[in-house]
Order: sequence, then C-alpha cells, then structure tokens
Amino acid sequence: MAVRKPPITTREYWAPGHAACAGCGPAIVMKLATKAFSEAMEEKYGNPDAFAIAHATGCMEVVSAVFPYTAWKAPWVHVAFENAAAAASGVDAAWKKLGRKGKILAIGGDGGTADIGMQALSGMLERWHNVVYLMYDNEAYMNTGIQRSSSTPYGAWTTTSPPGKYSIGEDKPKKWVALIAAAHLVPYVATANIGNPYDFVRKMKKAAKVDGPAFVQVLAPCVPGWRTPPEKTVEIARLAIETGVWPLFEIENGDFHNIKIQSPGGGAKVKREGGKVVAIEFKKPIEEYLKLQGRFKHLFKKPEAIQVMKDQIKAMWKVLGVEVTLP
Amino acid sequence: MPIRKVMKGNEAAAWAAKLAKPKVVAAFPITPSTLVPEKISEFVADGEMDAEFIKVESEHSAISACVGASAAGVRVFTATASQGLALMHEILFIAAGMRLPIVMAIGNRSLSAPINIWNDWQDTISERDTGWLQFYAENNQEALDLVLAAFKVAEDERVLLPAMVGFDAFILTHTVEPVEIPDQEVVDEFLGEYVPKHAYLDPERPITQGALGFPAHYMEARYTVWEAMENAREVIKEVFAEFEKKFGRKYHIIEEYRTDDAEIILVTMGSLAGTVKEFVDKKREEDVRIGAAKITVYRPFPIEEIRALAKKTKILAILEKDISFGSGGAVYADVGRALINEKERPVVLDFIIGLGGRDVTFENLEEVVDIAEKALGEGVEEEIHWIGLRKEIL
Repeated sequence: MAVRKPPITTREYWAPGHAACAGCGPAIVMKLATKAFSEAMEEKYGNPDAFAIAHATGCMEVVSAVFPYTAWKAPWVHVAFENAAAAASGVDAAWKKLGRKGKILAIGGDGGTADIGMQALSGMLERWHNVVYLMYDNEAYMNTGIQRSSSTPYGAWTTTSPPGKYSIGEDKPKKWVALIAAAHLVPYVATANIGNPYDFVRKMKKAAKVDGPAFVQVLAPCVPGWRTPPEKTVEIARLAIETGVWPLFEIENGDFHNIKIQSPGGGAKVKREGGKVVAIEFKKPIEEYLKLQGRFKHLFKKPEAIQVMKDQIKAMWKVLGVEVTLP
Repeated sequence: MPIRKVMKGNEAAAWAAKLAKPKVVAAFPITPSTLVPEKISEFVADGEMDAEFIKVESEHSAISACVGASAAGVRVFTATASQGLALMHEILFIAAGMRLPIVMAIGNRSLSAPINIWNDWQDTISERDTGWLQFYAENNQEALDLVLAAFKVAEDERVLLPAMVGFDAFILTHTVEPVEIPDQEVVDEFLGEYVPKHAYLDPERPITQGALGFPAHYMEARYTVWEAMENAREVIKEVFAEFEKKFGRKYHIIEEYRTDDAEIILVTMGSLAGTVKEFVDKKREEDVRIGAAKITVYRPFPIEEIRALAKKTKILAILEKDISFGSGGAVYADVGRALINEKERPVVLDFIIGLGGRDVTFENLEEVVDIAEKALGEGVEEEIHWIGLRKEIL
C-alpha cells in the first residue's frame, strides 16, 4: 500500500504540554513556523536543526517556557518584550563567529513588534542580519489581557478601546508592519495567515532560505481576545482572507511596484494584467468575518462603522496596487 | 615584551577589549565613551580584532544584542555611559539573572536633567542593584587592567555575572597617560578561552534560556545571583593575585594610603583617589594624621575591608560623586551597612562632591577636613554635606 507523504515534516520543535488556550491561533503559528524552518534548513544546509529562536515576551513565550519545563526542542532564548530583534542580532553575530551555518528566527506578537519592539526590528532589518522576524499578529496585547496595539483594527473592542457612548471601539486604522519592514528594502517580506497553512509554510520556508533579513506577519486569531469559539479559529482566520480583510502578499527587495498578491479564494474574482493582480472582486462580505467575533459585536448596531472599515480595507489594497470591490 | 603607549582612557578600554578577544561587540555612540566603539571599529576594520561589531540603533539594543550573543555562548564586550547606561537598565538585570558574563566599559558621567556630559558616578551607582560586578579605575592603566580582570572574574564558574568597569568622564576618558599594553600571549594565558557550560544556543544540544520563574522558583534564582556575588569576593582576590603574577601590577579591593595612625580617612573611588592621595601627602606634611582609601571594587561591596579600615581611625569621610535623593550618598549607605553591627565604630560622614564635572580642589578637601575635625571635637551635627556648592546662585 502506498503511504502518502505528509504535507510537512513530522519533526516537532513545539512540543505538546504548553499552556496555550484551546484553539490558540499563535500556537498553530509556532508549530508550523518551526516545521517550515526545519524543512528550509534541511534543504539549504542539509541540517533540519540549523536554527535558533529569540523570542519576545508575550503569550507564546509565557506559555512555552515555564521553568523547569519547556515546549521548545530548538535552542531558544527569551530576553525581554521589546528586544527580540536585537537579541536575535546578537545570536546571529555569535553564530557567524562560531562558523555555524543556519538562520535565526525572532518571534514577537503585534505589541512586541508593531509598538514597543519597532525600533529594534528596524535596526535588525537595516543591519542586514541573517534573521527571519516572525510577527504573530493577534491584533492586541493579549498576554496582559487584551489591550489595543497599533495593530488592532478599526472598530475592535479591547479593554483599552471599549465601545461606549462616545466610542466606536478602536478608532484608528490598523498599522501594517509588513509595509514598514518592506521599506527597509530587505530581501523578503510577506503577510500570511493560519487560515492558509500551505501559503504560510511556503512563505516561512522562503523567508528562512533567503540570505539576509526577512519579515513575515501572520494573522493568528486569539480565542479570549477576539471572543470567538475555540473550534472556529482557523475558519475565522480563513474568512479574513476570503473577505478581503487580510491581504496575502510578498514584497521582495522593497520592490513596491512588483508586489506579489496571493489569490484570496472564497469565490473572489481576481483580475490580472501582465501577470500582476490589479483588481479583486470579493464575494464574501466582511460581515461574515465580523459576526463570528465578539470583539466586533457592537458594530452591527452601527453600520456606518462597518462602512469605515470597508473604506480602510480598500485603501490598504490600493497601497498594494489592487482595486477591490467589497460586497 | 609589553609596550608602553600614550593613550586616552577610552583607548585603554578599547585595547583591553582587543586583548580579551571578544567574538561580539555591540555598542552605540555616547559622550564620553564614543571613542571606545570607534577604536574597536578601527581594530576590526584593520583586521587587528576578529570580532563582529554590531552597529546597533540604541543602547537598549546594544545590551540586548550582547545578551543574545552571550546566550549563544561567546565572549562579549560593550561600552557606554550615563543616559545610555540608564537606557540599558532593564536589560542589566536580565544579563545578571541569566548569568551572562558580559563586560562593559563605562566613562562615568552624570545623568540628566539638566543634561550634562561631565563626570560623576551617578550612572553606574544607579545600577548597583542589577547584579553586575562593579570596578572603578583611578587612571588609564587601571581602566585597561580592570577590564581584563573583569573578564576573568565574570567568566569564573563560581561567579558567572556581568561586570562593569567605570573610569571618569573626560578626567580619564579623554586624558592621555602612558599605559602599558600587556603581551597578547600573556593575556591569552591569563583569560583562556571562554567555553560556557551553561549558556549556548547550539542545535546539537538545544536548551531554553530566559524561562519564566513562578513564585516557586523565582526567589531561588535570585538567591543564586546573591551567592555568585558573594563568591566573587574570593575570586576577585585570586584574580588580582594572578594578575600581579602575570602583569606585575598589584590591585586591591580597597587600596589604603597612609592609613596607619590616621585619625581621618578619606574614602573615595575612581580618579578622585589620585587627588585625595596628593592632598593626604600635603596634610601629612602639616602633621595632620590623615589617610585615604580607594574602593576599587564596589560590587560586591567590600564589607570586611571597610570593617578593617574602620578599626584604624576615628572618622571615615566618604567622598562621593553621586546622590540618592532623600537618603544620601550610595557609598555612605553601603559603608553604614558594613559597620552597623560593629561594637566600636568611627564617625562616618558623607560628602557629596564634584557632581556633573565640578572640579574637586584642595580647597574643597580642606573644607571636608574642617567639618570632620569639628565633628570629632563637637559631635556630629549633620551627616550629609554638599561640598563646593555655589550658594550665591541658589
């Protein structure tokens, strides 16, 4: 009987027994990212273990390394909240001097990346370290109990952006760190989403294999923070792609004129010119994405807020060079 | 053969770093320490130093990169001062808690506000509780020597703590003095290679560093830092003894100067010790029974040495370039801690002096002696004295 090859390596670097919530999106990121890294290192250097991880303070750090236990089967170091990129720079420099072949993986959440770790990230990218920075984006400070970050989308409830008589919830558009990273003209920048694990793994492998710095921003729903049912994590993530909320793209060497856009699926009609995506007609309304999440519940009483959200989504796509229509 | 060169304190620290052969240096420019990374950059550019020099975007990232590199298992060096050290504050605790023997040279400078680039010790003194060993140099030769000694102490398996070596802004950082540069082979013998058994990021033997410590473990982790600092007392003595054997220069945890039969001992640190020693010579000619003591190692604080010093005299006058607002000088508090349970102890007075680059003159020191003598005769009226204040502009 023929045995089907598994779609990804069976090697594990993220062991069971960690303390993440049931249905945790970022936990899926940890598992897939390290598997992808392992495959990339095996293909590039013939050594699937040729990587080390520098981790920012945050949910995934806290749930994975509670002394005397660890979920990590790879060399792993945590220093502080804002400095994973700087710590990774140091590890990279040390590995160079030790003559060790491989790649450093820096991991941070959106708070640790888009806000407090922004400067360290910029420095690491600009210095051209051999580091992949993976930003798992659950769109708020979840480890401290759901406070807004600059990566929190418009309209979302968090404990510091509560809707009220004078508040719609978060009132600023989401800051896209991937675009900022790409402005460093580094070899590889991508967005990804655990709702499309194949695409995420492909991008992580590509990031791991480039020489020099890379940045991947992956959407990873948070069950308590988004007020969602644990069994819907991947479905909700996929809806973010299919409704146009979460663009999947790649920017190489800061070439904003040749952004690669991945097809969103969900019945969306993609128009290409000269191989480039120029327009997308989405068929699934963003309400399908929003209605599954408690953090957006209040918006359904304020349809004008949903319209603002749609305008912001269109504006973001326009930056990517794509005209979109949203139902 | 060792060679003698005329150089600034910053260059002496850079030479020490070159001799210690760190694999990674991460540093950010700041007055008065900038020349240290500049000089190291030159050494690296000329192939005289085989290190990765990380040109970080802040001191916070400098120390963070140092922690990353040290956690990866290599010898690491950095330099900073003042605001830069304050910006590192958070990570200093982490470097010590993770037991990473990073060595840092510091051109001791004041802290803002007002912004001021000149010398005092507020920067390193404010980091005294971080778990870093602290050495203070009197001159440029000491700056070089103490950086080498600091590596040896920090990397000792009984210690494994980071270390900072302070030398006064401008007074040393930018002043040229003849400095003996030891032979590379002798330094190699002295330091050996750094091969950590506890901190590495090796895919063949993966370990987790920087884990979360719950209340069930946190206190023990902190206690091991305390223990390591206590162990350092003996290790420093051994290292200073070996240093003398290898390089011929003798270092003391506290260096005493004309303290026998002294009724007043002026206790200080750093380059101020040079001024104070000259002043002691002058006063001895006037038949004043006075001596001096220089604290070379401030962390761990030399408790036994202070007790021994206290037995020799009637007054300990602490001269320090730092202030803990609402309490007094930090060294004064430490000396008090050393003597509090002694059955007999001298009067201890604190003199806040030379903040923000204010020159310390013999006139200032005469005032210190006057206050001390008055306290001996009439009892202590005030404990904390600000010396050389321009009362006319207050």
